[in-house]
Amino acid sequence: MIDEPQFEPWCATRASEIIAGGSGTQDQLLPILHALQAEFGFVHEAAVPLLASALNLSQAEVHGVVTFYHDFRRSPPQGPVVRLCRAEACQARGARAVEQALSDALAKSAETKTPSNVTLDAVYCLGLCASGPAALVNGRPVARLTGPRLSQWIEELIA
Amino acid sequence: MTVRVFIPGDAAAVAVGADDVALAVTAAARRLQAPIEVVRNGSRGLFELETLVEVETSAGRIGYGPIYAHDVPSLIEANFLEGAPHPKRVGRPETIPFFRRQTRLTFARCGVIDPYSLDDYRANGGLSGLERALGLRSDEIVESVKASGLRGRGGAGFPAGVKWETVARANAAQKYVVCNADEGDSGTFADRMLLEGDPFLVIEGMVIAGLAIGATKGFIYVRSEYPHAIAAARRSVEAARTSGLLGAAPGGGGQAFDIEVRVGAGAYVCGEETALLESLEGRRGQVRAKPPLPAHAGLFGFPTLMNNVLTLAAVPFILAHGSEAYAALGYGRSRGTLPVQLAGDVRNGGLFETPFGVSLGELIDDIGGGTLSGRPVRAAQVGGPLGSYFPRALFDTPMDYEAFTARDGLIGHGGVVVFNDTIDLAQQARFAFEFCAIESCGKCTPCRIGSVRGLEALDRVIAHENTDANLAVLNDLCETMKLGSLCALGGLTPYPVLSALKHFGGDFRTARRDTGGSGPDR
Repeated sequence: MIDEPQFEPWCATRASEIIAGGSGTQDQLLPILHALQAEFGFVHEAAVPLLASALNLSQAEVHGVVTFYHDFRRSPPQGPVVRLCRAEACQARGARAVEQALSDALAKSAETKTPSNVTLDAVYCLGLCASGPAALVNGRPVARLTGPRLSQWIEELIA
Repeated sequence: MTVRVFIPGDAAAVAVGADDVALAVTAAARRLQAPIEVVRNGSRGLFELETLVEVETSAGRIGYGPIYAHDVPSLIEANFLEGAPHPKRVGRPETIPFFRRQTRLTFARCGVIDPYSLDDYRANGGLSGLERALGLRSDEIVESVKASGLRGRGGAGFPAGVKWETVARANAAQKYVVCNADEGDSGTFADRMLLEGDPFLVIEGMVIAGLAIGATKGFIYVRSEYPHAIAAARRSVEAARTSGLLGAAPGGGGQAFDIEVRVGAGAYVCGEETALLESLEGRRGQVRAKPPLPAHAGLFGFPTLMNNVLTLAAVPFILAHGSEAYAALGYGRSRGTLPVQLAGDVRNGGLFETPFGVSLGELIDDIGGGTLSGRPVRAAQVGGPLGSYFPRALFDTPMDYEAFTARDGLIGHGGVVVFNDTIDLAQQARFAFEFCAIESCGKCTPCRIGSVRGLEALDRVIAHENTDANLAVLNDLCETMKLGSLCALGGLTPYPVLSALKHFGGDFRTARRDTGGSGPDR
């Protein structure tokens, strides 16, 4: 069993505090978005006007940034967040099979009464290219996902 | 007497259980009341050996690897704290051929020292480059970098000294140094390793750059996929401030310099320098048209020196030992050393720093030891996702910017991904377009639309629909992307596609038995 990441429920007051922590200039937008996501697990739609007003930007500009970057979620993650590497070096070490095995296991779990929640994201390279297949689980790296190690990992993930 | 035990904190070691090993060793030592000090060093860079546990003994550091937490009881029983024999004992790491054969200038300390101990850093040759630089005029520093022949290690291979000179000559109230640690190329991990294993070297390089161009502020832009490197960069910047390496007078010199660590957000294109600047400014990571060059009008419109981690990290050696010492190594117009990253299905995968000129085949077969799976090597992709696929027939190509260009390839950031004979190059070519479509910033048409249309045309080829006509479309499209894209993402995506078509054309005409590329089983 892998622990779910703990996030605070969305709170506009808390969000405003985080936003006010920066210098109020546009270059603080990414650091603030990261901070909001670290607090709440995602960037709530309601944060957009708050950011626009605090950084003197249009809501469209803020929305553009939130949606441009793959990292920023617009809804809360369900269960542990798995970022599985799909890039070439991991492919050469069997990443496509890992992706298949994991999605099969998740599909199978979905058929049961209490399906396991796992948020599965693709990521393109974690810099673990001679140790792959690799993934980040709630920000923690795991590698050598083959053979018994892979089965054990999947078992723990969806338990 | 306290025994020093080194257990890497590098992400690649942590990914295979290094934290658990550290906990197990600490607990066992406490039980035995054996006084030990666990140092979380960086990785030496031979990843099959991770977790490589080293013990400091009178006969030097003795390594054991690969160690999992369940190996710790037997290590203790074998008395590894005195360097005693054990089935996983590998002896002194420096004597392992993979390490012995390297010329480590940039990675000399990586995996050896405590990454956060400035005393360790200084005791192992650190800060001598900065000390030299403080005795020079700024134009003399620039001249040293120029004379070394150092070229940008991010991928383009542009002469670093020329870039430094351009920014140095720009007249402005404010200038910036930006360290590009947005290492997105698959098969590369040198920036990550160095930030985690020897971060003061990167800081020292940036301080020297600040002196050379007249900048007082620097940024390190690290990708979010590297949580350990981000933490290492932040912690080392903090330590550098506390000790005076950053601040009002770094190294006791007369010019202030400070560094801020910024984190990317999962966009590959932000490794491109103008997209990175946009991202630092809080915008979508869209590429800027050049001119103006960032050297003239970069971050917030001010002259900006942007270099890759490895470029900046090469500078302290050049200052400390002289341009000639650096330029003496290398091949043709590629001077100095290249930290090659051996990745994919390769037995000795890891970081191999060597003077330019070593052949691709020597790296893969000899140093890399062939595949980890034991299957024959079929192809190698050099230079990341935008690099060409090389067949064995081209393995005699020397690691040299010009030699790779002559064979329609590129060295890029020095990543070599090895593929065994189960790989289907049609699928790899397809992935190149898929990746470009996902990561395109959308600013220019050839990249934004070409990647999608390329994927469609390639899918028709793979499905054997009008193969010749679709291949003609594909070639035409690749030509347009090469010539018409604003940056390297669209401009180089044709390289993996066209090289796969040229050298592995059969894969596009017949279905191969395996489409996945199966890796090593354990």
